Order: sequence, then structure tokens, then C-alpha cells
Amino acid sequence: MPEITLVEAVTQALAYELQADPTVLVYGQDVGVNGGVFRATDGLQKKFGRERVLDTPLAENMIGGIAVGMAAMGLRPVAEFQFMGFIYPGLDHILSHAARYRNRTRGRLSCPIVYRAPYGGGIHAPEHHSESTEALFAHIPGLRVVVPSSPARAYGLLLAAIRDPDPVVFLEPKRIYRAVRQEVPDSGEALPLDRCFVLREGTDVTLIAWGASLKETLRAADKLAEDGIEAEVIDPATLKPLDIHAIIDSLEKTHRCVVVHEAARFGGLGAEIIAQINDYAFDLLEAPVQRVTGYDTVMPYYRLEDRYLPGVEQILAAVREVLDYPNGGRP
Amino acid sequence: MHKPRMHLLASFDIARLQYLDEQGRATQELPDFATPDTLQALYRQMALARLVDDRAVKLQRTGQLGTYPSSLGQEAVGVGVGGALEKDDIYCPYYRETGALLERGVEIEEILAIWGGDERGQDYQHARLDLPLCIPIATQLLHATGVAFALKYKREQFGEPPRVAVTCAGEGATSRGDFFEAMNLAAVWRLPVVFVINNNQWAISVPRTEQTASKTIAQKAIAAGIPGLQVDGNDVIAVRAAVTDAVARARNGEGPALIEATCYRLCDHTTADDAGRYQPQDEVHAAWQCEPLARLGNYLRGEDLWGDEQEGELQRELAEVLERALQDFAERPAQKNSAMFDYLYARLPDAFIEQYDQLVGQ
Repeated sequence: MPEITLVEAVTQALAYELQADPTVLVYGQDVGVNGGVFRATDGLQKKFGRERVLDTPLAENMIGGIAVGMAAMGLRPVAEFQFMGFIYPGLDHILSHAARYRNRTRGRLSCPIVYRAPYGGGIHAPEHHSESTEALFAHIPGLRVVVPSSPARAYGLLLAAIRDPDPVVFLEPKRIYRAVRQEVPDSGEALPLDRCFVLREGTDVTLIAWGASLKETLRAADKLAEDGIEAEVIDPATLKPLDIHAIIDSLEKTHRCVVVHEAARFGGLGAEIIAQINDYAFDLLEAPVQRVTGYDTVMPYYRLEDRYLPGVEQILAAVREVLDYPNGGRP
Repeated sequence: MHKPRMHLLASFDIARLQYLDEQGRATQELPDFATPDTLQALYRQMALARLVDDRAVKLQRTGQLGTYPSSLGQEAVGVGVGGALEKDDIYCPYYRETGALLERGVEIEEILAIWGGDERGQDYQHARLDLPLCIPIATQLLHATGVAFALKYKREQFGEPPRVAVTCAGEGATSRGDFFEAMNLAAVWRLPVVFVINNNQWAISVPRTEQTASKTIAQKAIAAGIPGLQVDGNDVIAVRAAVTDAVARARNGEGPALIEATCYRLCDHTTADDAGRYQPQDEVHAAWQCEPLARLGNYLRGEDLWGDEQEGELQRELAEVLERALQDFAERPAQKNSAMFDYLYARLPDAFIEQYDQLVGQ
């Protein structure tokens, strides 16, 4: 079996579900002939036809809106926004309608939509092409927010998202679109939504990260292991609803925790995770939970983006702080 | 200065359709559907819409209903549009829609429930696939475009019978990108959708002249490459005829159309508004001379198809219909608290079970 990248796993999942379910369709800007600017839909139009894999005119608000009508009539649209930085015109429809249709009609109509968007920094792109605003979407009642972090999870979680009866914002970490290759059987088997994935087991500290930040987080865990510190690494994968119990289970072992995300700190999901840890597991903690995040700044143009994105050293510093508590203190 | 010579590439006309003038006299031969029975039925539905709106405003004034948007003066648009669809077509309303909803079989009680703070009103017991009322301006135009895509898709992929989506918005909505985006995509994809603009001259306090410098709303169709027509929106026959024709063309695979129906909002924007602050009195007075119910009534009376006796009978019948609905509305059992969560997702995610239990008091 050939090894595939994360973006190829997205294509594989889309192809599987287009084949399996005639109500599934894929549309967006340049997703047809061109196969998407990141090639996530490469070859799909050729295989499934222009009726099911459609290039749209250039209007993100429209891309967000038509899905509502399509889905209400029983189709399963998978809409691509070219970059997360351009999803905002469509937010009106995602927030005001897709996330509410089931509730508004008391279950009469619903919106099984997947809104896909590549997200995150680190690819030396122009302004607006490096956004990481998952917390905006996670705040919206009625939505699911899912972020895969490996080819296998991209495949299994995207299948689950398309089959889910409710709207899903599926954010693809484009920095690791082609970072690793993995064997991903085209079995059509979905992975569970609303569940964390434990990527590495450990007993000394819990590291929580998602998307591309897991690359640095796992590297930090490797380095810690060299010093005899066993970090448990958790990928929530579904950021909303959050599987807090898996995190608590981990804290039962480690009693210490660091949350890593490249999004800005204020109101970021790190804050939510820490608040829930305080709600459910405060007594388990040996040290305050630390956050390693992007700054509360505008995402800088690319010459400074490496300074913005959380790096291995910052994660290690935060881990040392929770391990040394109360003797270490803040730098 | 020398004026350069240019070639005419394209030119366009915008037509206006009217069958009954302001006095209710036929200006041309009426369309085939305009049988005495149909015209009397249209009159009845407009009278019912007016009665429902009037009572709903009174209910709001006495604290029995929340904010309510009356459609006083716009009954011909709602009834004319709503009646032009086949049962299995899909109507995608905005929020000022009493006449159209009644035509689609939405219960009066359901309309009252929606504005009485109960989502169950949107769970129409008839017209099960019609979209719910849509409050964010113009967004329903894109939903209707998506609906039309689905109808076309299901026809082509699954051999379902041809169906059409019809949607309505106020003239203020035409300032929004959604309006242009919807027409643009519908035209490019040749979708079976009809866009109706209820041009009641006012978007809350902003008059039509401050909304657009365009001579008509109908001509905005031209840029999208679809037919645009203006109809006299106080003439229910014209509205019904224009929408019926556009629906037939859409059903036949001939693509979308835009219909502008001109009328006048003879009421406040909603019960939370006071149109006396901005609508000029003489303009309102003049608009009352054009209103749609009296116009059709005058025509029917002129043709000996209506009289005082029938009017009295109708008012008695409609009053009974309304009273029954009011009773159903009043006797509606309250929603459970848990309804907040019950329809949020298909299955309540584990993460919210604790909140759910808090809410229901476990």
C-alpha cells in the first residue's frame, strides 16, 4: 500500500464518499479542473463529473450560503474555502443558519454540511493566508470543529464529518499537508468524532495540541524523553464538542499539563481547556496549567512568522515550569 | 472635443405588468387562471392575511405576542407568490410573509407561535420542506439557490420530478451581496429558482430612493444575465401571473428570473417601529388609494362577482378561522426547557450532557 500525505488523505476520503453516497457533492473555488489550490480535490471532477464536483463563482459568502439550501433538501455538500482567512464572508451563513437550522425548525430540516478550509501559518504565504481562528468557530453553538493532524486522522475524521448529520467546520493544517507520509487503507472506515486521540503515552506531564502544532509538541516530547521525562501527548481532534474526560484521565496519571496552540492566546481554546480542567480536575493538579500559544497580535507577514508560532523550546520551557512548580516560577 | 465612436454591444428593456388599475378596472384581457373562483379565492386569502396581521399586531400591543412584522398593504405579493407554486415546490421565505405562508398551508397558529417566541412554529405541519422564516436580510436568497441546486441535482441524478424554488426578499435586501451572488450563481448554473422582491418602498426608515440609484430593481437581473420583470405588486393577478410564468420556465429548465413587485408598506416595519417618524403622510394617503385588497374587491364587484352579502359571509367565516387559530395558539402546551438542547445536534454530544442535566433540574 502506498504511503500518502495528509492532503492526499483528504482527497482519498472525498473520493471514497463521493463513490459511496450519491448525495455527496464537492464545490468551491478552483476545486474542479484545477483540483484545488492545494490539490485536495485533485482528479475528483474527472472521476465524478462536473455535476458533483463543481467550480463556483468567486464569492465566499455564497459558498457558505448555498450549502444550507442543498443540505436542507437532503444533500451532503462538502464546501471548500480556499484559505481560512477567506472564510469570514461565509461566517454569516455558518453561524446564523447552518449551525441553527435543526434547532430553528425543531428537527424538521438539518444541515449535514462540511465546510473545509486549510488553516494555520508556517508556509510563507501572504497576509490572510495563515489564519488560525478555530476558537471563533468553536464558540458557535450547533457546530462541530474538527482538526486532523495526520493522514490517517484526516481520512477517518473527514469521512466521519461528511457522514455526521450536523454541520462540521473541518480545518486542515496546511503546514503539515505534505509533512509526513503514512499508509492509509482506503477502507471507508471513519474515526470517531468528539473523542481525543492519545498520540503518545506518558506519566509525567500531559501535552495537549492539535493540527500542525503537534509537530513541535511531539518533538518536545521526544526531547523530554531523552531527559527521562515521559510526556503524554493528546490530540483533541474534535475541538468542539471537547472530550474533556480523556484529558482528565490523562491528568489522573500526570497531574501536570501544557496546552499548545498557534492561535492567539486571548479567548483561545487553551483558555477553555484550562477552565474545564479547573472545573473537573483542579484537585488533580500539582501545578497551574501552562499555555504556549501565538501572541495576541496580528499574524505577522512571513518573515516573522517563525517567531510567532510556538516552537519546541517554548514548549520545553513551559514543561519545565510545570515540572518545577512551585520552585521554578515564571521566567 | 472629439467624441470617440463606439459600438452598441447590448441594450435592454424592462417591462412592467399590470392587469388591474388602481380603480380595479381591467387594463387588458386577464390570464387564463383568473376564473371567478380563483379570483374570489385570492380575495379571500388576502383578506385572511390582513385579518391575521391586524390581530397579531393587537396581540403584541396587549402583551400576548412578541415583535411582529405586519404585511399590511403587501397582501397581493404574498398571496400572489405563494399561490404560484406547486405543492412540491419549495418556498424560501423572509420574515414578512403572512400571505405567502397561508397560501403554502402554514397554519395561522404556527405563524403566531413563531412570533410568540416558540420555535415549534417553524416546524410546519404542512409544507414540510419549505424553509423556515429567515430574519438575516437576503440570506434566504442563497439558501433558495442551494435548494434549487438540490432540486436540479435530484432530478438529474435520481430522476425526481422537476421542482422549483421560489424566494422573496424586500427591496432593501437588494443592496446586499447575497442578492447579487444568488442571482449570479443561479444564472451560471441555470438553476430552477425565482427571486421575488417585495418592493414596499421602505427598509425600516430608508426609502427606496436611498437604497439604490437604479431606476428599477428588476433591471438588476440584467447584470446577472437573467430575465427581470416589474409587476404591479398591488395587483394580485399580475403577481400571480408573473410568478407562475417564471416558475413554469424554471421548471422547464430555462433558468432563474427576478420579479420586482412594487407596493407600499402601509404599516410599521414591525411592532417595535413607528413609521410615523419617517413615512410622509401624503405619501401614505396616496398609497392607500392603491392597496391590493380594495383593488381586487372593486374589480369583483364591477363584474358582479362580489357583493356586500358575500363580504359579510366572508368576514364571518374568516373571523371563525382566526378564533380557532387563536384558541389553538393559546392552548399550546409550553415547550420543555430541554428543547434548547434537544434539536441542537442530531444526538446530544457527551460534552453537553452536564449542562442539559443542569437545565432540566436533575
